[in-house]
Amino acid sequence: MSTPAPGSDATATYLLGLADDALVTAQRLGWWVSRAPELEEDVALANIGLDQLGQARGLYTVVCDLEGAGRTEDDLAYLRDASDFRNVLLVERPQEDFAVCVVRMLLLAAWQSEVYAALASREGPARGVAAKAVKEVAYHLDHAAQWVLRLGDGTALSHERAQAALDAEWPFLAELLEPDPAAVAAGHPDPPSLREAVLARIVPVLTAATLVVPEQSTGQPTGQPTGGRRGHHTEHLTDLLAEMQQVARAHPGATW
Amino acid sequence: MSAEWPLWEVFVRARRGMSHVHVGSLHAPDAEMALRNARDVYTRRQEGVSLWVVPSSAVVASTPDLQGSFFEPAADKDYRHPTHYTVPEGVEHL
Repeated sequence: MSTPAPGSDATATYLLGLADDALVTAQRLGWWVSRAPELEEDVALANIGLDQLGQARGLYTVVCDLEGAGRTEDDLAYLRDASDFRNVLLVERPQEDFAVCVVRMLLLAAWQSEVYAALASREGPARGVAAKAVKEVAYHLDHAAQWVLRLGDGTALSHERAQAALDAEWPFLAELLEPDPAAVAAGHPDPPSLREAVLARIVPVLTAATLVVPEQSTGQPTGQPTGGRRGHHTEHLTDLLAEMQQVARAHPGATW
Repeated sequence: MSAEWPLWEVFVRARRGMSHVHVGSLHAPDAEMALRNARDVYTRRQEGVSLWVVPSSAVVASTPDLQGSFFEPAADKDYRHPTHYTVPEGVEHL
């Protein structure tokens, strides 16, 4: 194991958050397999989930190298408790409504597009992972946007449910754009600086979909759900991990 | 819901210079989504560089009833096949 370079702690912390976002998203998307409106959408959501899983694996590997403590990607995915996860709250809640699934994907992919683009544009241990992820999330963003347009500007019922999904998910966007000391310490853009670019990817889609954009709070949001990056999670993450980790924990050291 | 989504035929071009080949069909609510579904279902393993989707309803097909009159008259016209020529020695690609 190499000696960690200066600043590698902050980089590991920052990348761990991004990796956890992707892993939890992959697990939530897996729920849709066999449940999507059509077989074709099953395949699309599974593909997107697998993209996210691949991003998580790549980032975990980088984090393990930076730590130099001998942990593996499996240790990080399967042997940590909810309080050790650093994902944002947006991704951990159940998404058993198709409109919620695609609205959340729109918000997350818009943000990931900016984050991965920044990571890919400079030297760093995650540059390779991010360069591949940029193309993947561009497709996730497109897929989500296509569905938001069709649901929002579809029938009265689909519009109503898309608006309800947007109203439910929107408050969780604030956490993605909060100041992140780990990002800054690691030399990455502070999330608030990405705000305009992220909203520029989201708002035109919502407007074209005839959806009402919920009020955008300015400055430090108050009363918005937050805390995921510090390990403060909802009970939903505990439930998700119980299911995702049970096989690995029941058979310690098993390989597959 | 399934019954409301029309069927689309999918054609994939494997690489530049090849023609698009029919690979199967899928359901999608409209053309744009059909193209995306085709990408997910048929080209995730680098099978192609270009995709066409065509509404299945736009395909005009010969019917089994007409099979005899459509295809059988060709059976005894073997002069239509390039089988009676001798291939010059050493020619590999004709």
